Amino acid sequence: MEPVLEVNSLTMDFGGLRAIDQLNLRVMPSEIVALIGPNGAGKTTFFNCITGIYTPSAGDIFLSVNGRRERLNGLKPNRVTQKGIARTFQNIRLFQNMTVLENVMIGRHCRTSSGILGAIFRDRRTRLEEEKVVSDSYKILEKIGLDRFVNELAMNLPYGAQRRLEIARALATEPFLLLLDEPAAGMNQKETQELDELIVNIRDTENISILLIEHDMKLVMRISDRIYVVDYGKKIARGNPLEIQRNPAVIKAYLGEDPDA
Amino acid sequence: MSGIFMNVRGELKKSFQISAWFMFLTFPILVIRVNTVENVIEWRWYNMAIVGVSTFLGSALWRYLLSVKEKSQRINAASPGNMTSFQKAFSDKRFFYPALFILIGFVISFPFLFSMYQANIMITALIYVMLGLGLNIVVGLAGLLDLGYVAFYAVGAYSYGLLNFHFGLGFWTTLPIAAILAALAGILLGYPVLRLRGDYLAIVTLGFGEIIRLVLENWGEFSHGPSGIANIPRPSLLGIDMTLTQNTIFTYFVMIGLVLFTIFVVNRLQNSRIGRAWIALREDEIACQAMGIDRTRTKLTAFALGATWAGMGGVVFAAKTTFINPASFTIWESVIILCIVVLGGMGSILGVISGALVLTLLPEYLRAFSEYRMLIFGIMLVSMMVFRPEGIIRNVRRTYTFSKE
Repeated sequence: MEPVLEVNSLTMDFGGLRAIDQLNLRVMPSEIVALIGPNGAGKTTFFNCITGIYTPSAGDIFLSVNGRRERLNGLKPNRVTQKGIARTFQNIRLFQNMTVLENVMIGRHCRTSSGILGAIFRDRRTRLEEEKVVSDSYKILEKIGLDRFVNELAMNLPYGAQRRLEIARALATEPFLLLLDEPAAGMNQKETQELDELIVNIRDTENISILLIEHDMKLVMRISDRIYVVDYGKKIARGNPLEIQRNPAVIKAYLGEDPDA
Repeated sequence: MSGIFMNVRGELKKSFQISAWFMFLTFPILVIRVNTVENVIEWRWYNMAIVGVSTFLGSALWRYLLSVKEKSQRINAASPGNMTSFQKAFSDKRFFYPALFILIGFVISFPFLFSMYQANIMITALIYVMLGLGLNIVVGLAGLLDLGYVAFYAVGAYSYGLLNFHFGLGFWTTLPIAAILAALAGILLGYPVLRLRGDYLAIVTLGFGEIIRLVLENWGEFSHGPSGIANIPRPSLLGIDMTLTQNTIFTYFVMIGLVLFTIFVVNRLQNSRIGRAWIALREDEIACQAMGIDRTRTKLTAFALGATWAGMGGVVFAAKTTFINPASFTIWESVIILCIVVLGGMGSILGVISGALVLTLLPEYLRAFSEYRMLIFGIMLVSMMVFRPEGIIRNVRRTYTFSKE
């Protein structure tokens, strides 16, 4: 089977600083892959390269969907989203002064097409499209469990709900691959548990592959099929949760050298 | 109960301290005066009393308004529906229809009830409503701080002036042409500033506005320079000859029609796929792109569709005054239009309309205080920003209802 996302020797330099060094990564269809590593290891930079916010200095990024393989390097963020990669942000980036529903409706933007004239004359096609955007968005909110907040402003939501709304908004773009940047950051145990179920549920029902960055090791070990560990922009380990937990290089990166060894 | 009382006493004490401090500070300049003719020192104690009483009252009022604002914020945060009392009254049908009826009656009978002077003022006010609604797209919805909006107004006015001068084109032919030319000018400005935000964008657009004005002023062969273009025809109606009075009334109704058209279009744009994209761009540019919105296209449509209304407003302005020169298109105009949007309420159509009416009609009717105009203007803006930063009428997001299946 062909991987959904294939990253070959990706390198990202900021001046003299090499944030990502020759990183290879693969995400198979319907797989949950975790990307972990200490602070400043280059995980978020990696996401920014894939989603087109940064243009990588070297290496290739390929997305394969429905048997078509496309190179994503140098595409603008909105084109990448259109190809089928959606993301959430580490520091929540919702549209604060828009309602919850409108936030999700923005996600539908790249799958709809009505223009200026349609907006002014409100022809039949535009009206139907608009109705569909509203009902589709509501369905997504129901699925994520945020339907009781529909008309609430995003800024008034409780923290955990804001994180879930980011996921809902990303799902609205109909992605094949979902990138989650620390989805459980700042959540309590119960919220993390719910998130855990949500992520697995998205994978199972929508057939979406998921690549996530996370510091909550319990969550990572529970849901990931495979884990990549990076440190100083380099991949130091790769494997299933059990292998990673026993890997000496990982333990060293996280806890430091054992003085007795 | 006693807690509230203590609070009031504390506030009054602070106001008292402030007034004492002001009396002390102004003592040397306001109280002591050396009379060099008679070589005596005059002690003007009454000035100190005026300073003391006025700062005490001013500070007490300021504190009172701040506490009222805090209270209302607490209430707003608690209730899920984000409507103000004004908007609640507005959505009540028993109140809405009679009010609308009276308003329509007033608007139609206005030029017949009042003098031509009043009608002319109202035409100017309506032009500003149109300009405000146009700039509202750029600043209020898309969040692009544009300080050179007057350039598009000038493009509209000069389009009519020059097309009429050279080719004899009439008002109605020029109106759409000017709208298109202004939209093109909007795109022209939009391209170089795509990457800029906030303050940087403001500076560049400010420069753009000045460039247009300076070109008009100095390129004599093209624009007739500072002497401007005279004898621009007033709006016509099927070639009928009209007296000045009739024409003013006609212009008034043309302007009413154009404003209604603007409201209609802007309202529809605001509640559409494109309008949402603008607001998303204002809220968070990076997230907006990550959601698949083309930043370039969204910004350019905002600039173009915002400029369109300035172009049309410019045509009406040229037709109304029958004379244009670059002096009408200074940075000051841009600032007024921006104030209309900010004071009225960013992104709110009703807010912008009321802002435009307040800011254009008040100076006209307060001519007696014209020396203090800037002072009043300044005080008004500062207090609005402190006590009601969301503007006169706040923008309310649309709500949807769903039936459970």
